[in-house]
Amino acid sequence: MALSRLSSRSTTLLQPFATTSLLRRRHISTDTTPITVETSLPFTSHLISPPSRAVETSSQELLSFFRDMALMRRMEIAADSLYKAKLIRGFCHLYDGQEAVAIGMEAAITKRDAIITSYRDHCTFLGRGGGLFEAFSELMGRTTGCSKGKGGSMHFYKKDASFYGGHGIVGAQAPLGCGLAFAQKYSKEEAVSFTLYGDGAANQGQLFEALNIAALWDLPAVLVCENNHYGMGTAEWRSAKSPAYFKRGDYVPGLKVDGMDALAVKQACKFAKEHALKNGPIILEMDTYRYHGHSMSDPGSTYRTRDEISGVRQVRDPIDRVRKLIIAHDIATEKELKDMEKEVRKEVDAAVAQAKESPIPEPSELFSNIYVKGFGAESFGADRKELRATLP
Amino acid sequence: MASLLGRFCRKLVVPGSAHGSRMISTTACDSEAVKSLNLYSAINQALHIALETDPRSYVFGEDVGFGGVFRCTTGLAERFGKNRVFNTPLCEQGIVGFGIGLAAMGNRAVVEIQFADYIYPAFDQIVNEAAKFRYRSGNQFNCGGLTIRAPYGAVGHGGHYHSQSPEAFFCHVPGIKVVIPRSPREAKGLLLSSIRDPNPVVFFEPKWLYRQAVEEVPEHDYMIPLSQAEVIREGNDITLVGWGAQLTVMEQACLDAEKEGISCELIDLKTLLPWDKETVEASVKKTGRLLISHEAPVTGGFGAEISATILERCFLKLEAPVSRVCGLDTPFPLVFEPFYMPTKNKASSSSSLSSPLKKKHYLIMGLHVWCRYWMQSSPLLITSHSICFFR
Repeated sequence: MALSRLSSRSTTLLQPFATTSLLRRRHISTDTTPITVETSLPFTSHLISPPSRAVETSSQELLSFFRDMALMRRMEIAADSLYKAKLIRGFCHLYDGQEAVAIGMEAAITKRDAIITSYRDHCTFLGRGGGLFEAFSELMGRTTGCSKGKGGSMHFYKKDASFYGGHGIVGAQAPLGCGLAFAQKYSKEEAVSFTLYGDGAANQGQLFEALNIAALWDLPAVLVCENNHYGMGTAEWRSAKSPAYFKRGDYVPGLKVDGMDALAVKQACKFAKEHALKNGPIILEMDTYRYHGHSMSDPGSTYRTRDEISGVRQVRDPIDRVRKLIIAHDIATEKELKDMEKEVRKEVDAAVAQAKESPIPEPSELFSNIYVKGFGAESFGADRKELRATLP
Repeated sequence: MASLLGRFCRKLVVPGSAHGSRMISTTACDSEAVKSLNLYSAINQALHIALETDPRSYVFGEDVGFGGVFRCTTGLAERFGKNRVFNTPLCEQGIVGFGIGLAAMGNRAVVEIQFADYIYPAFDQIVNEAAKFRYRSGNQFNCGGLTIRAPYGAVGHGGHYHSQSPEAFFCHVPGIKVVIPRSPREAKGLLLSSIRDPNPVVFFEPKWLYRQAVEEVPEHDYMIPLSQAEVIREGNDITLVGWGAQLTVMEQACLDAEKEGISCELIDLKTLLPWDKETVEASVKKTGRLLISHEAPVTGGFGAEISATILERCFLKLEAPVSRVCGLDTPFPLVFEPFYMPTKNKASSSSSLSSPLKKKHYLIMGLHVWCRYWMQSSPLLITSHSICFFR
């Protein structure tokens, strides 16, 4: 259960999540009786018949969606302030607005299915079970981070959850993801690989190379295009002749999904996983939106209007959608949800405070893990004379 | 034509005075209407002039339409139209290949790669197509009108993929030119020369200096010749060679060394391929010592080429091995950037710089030989103590 996982990961500073208030209600947070909800929009498909619009969920799942998405949102906002305070250096690409994609996907798959994504990876990491403390430590470059502080914002990884990270070069993860799928097929694991890329990366040649290979060899690869309509500063209509990214696989079937609806994402991913295991690659296009600019150096308003951003926030925000569902189904009250959000805020603040206290990696770490341990390379000081060290 | 220009300009060159560089102009214009500009504004001006003077020139790349992520292309789309200044999709290989094709039809294509770290998907196009086009077609076709601009180098917080210096990879390719300016005035002149040069040019701009470097830049159209290094500071004890943003670091090292009584000659290479061997050779023959500094990792960096060539040409005049004070052999790190970078302290403490042996200090030739052997074999003993002794 996502809820209990998150609270067990919280530090000793936090109060355990109070379930007492919910016990008084008729539907408690652990209720798993199925609720059927219709997705916001029907699925559009290419070369395949789309899954049904009716999604099975439960109160427990909806509450966990809400809490997890609120956590992700809060984390990204906190990262924004930390970047402005210069505690996070480098480049920081925020995912707020797109949380439903990460959450819906997790609900449909297991930890044995691999996920590989681009540099906008903070929330995907959290969805895979990553902790807030590891995330903030990595952002601030501390040893307690998930990549030991050596990767930074763009390079979050989690091996035990099959999260193959965080890649800086646009589109470079596409052939990698198909390679992962090949390994999974070879070892008969009944697992699939989800390769996420953006609408900007959809124009990279290596994506088509990867698609061709995946289709030729029937690899269990699900390619997910997170279409937030802007590749850095260029709108999709100005960069792609065909912005129907789910159709761009040509001979590979595709599905277009409302990426702001976590339940639609869950349904699509479940469908895609079944398809990939039997028939080979499939493309999912998630129609989503990012509120921040491309990165923290980008205000996000030079190529789109503020009205557009606030419009999407009012009408399509993923957290609001789940909130309305929860209230409509009488699972929790408005106040309880607000309390949950406050709880989440405290959790994030505590993780930030703890991460700030963490140490920076030792200078010797500059040279570690370039090669396999023991293979050794040499390093020199200025002009190659004064210091000669054999590196680990 | 370029060589004629070069010969003409060589006569005009005044090997850098201590007061800084002299501007070399191909026009007879002497009116020095100058403006204080930073690097991105100077590059912007150069692009405006290039597009204005040649109606068949185009500027394109990712996000250049609104001015580019570093504001180098501001105002171009508004002034020259979306037909000549346009955004491309996110595909470096496609962009450069497209530029090569455009140049092959006699146009000037000025391609922007958003960060030099992303130039690798286009590496095949540059090395296998652009560099060899003229050669393999027996001079029927060429893509000389191609200029690829990319911001390179550390910026303080760039991490793995916003700080790389890939110039060494391109210096290994006969057929293209590699040009790196050090300041706004140089950048404008060198960029105009690169765009108008009849060979494909890869132009790396030091991104650290986009806003940091401010200089008086002449407003008119001027070009600085390629493949000519410039001596920006004269000295007698040691030659320092560098390019781009690293020169500011080396200048600091020179000033520090001057306080110790060491007079340094600083050379800006400007064009790395083909590079001006004569200037560096003449300088090393004068001083007898060479220190090369660049941000890229030391192994296989361009400093190795300079070192090998100077060794071939000046072996008997060298008083110490050639020093390379460069980035470490690691991927460009995130938090460890201050350790990785070749700082002025590393340069100052390098054995070549910290204790130059002046001939007049040798008592007898034998002592000279013994001292030199001692210095080279026990590097850890090079301290300020020994500097005092030999001064």
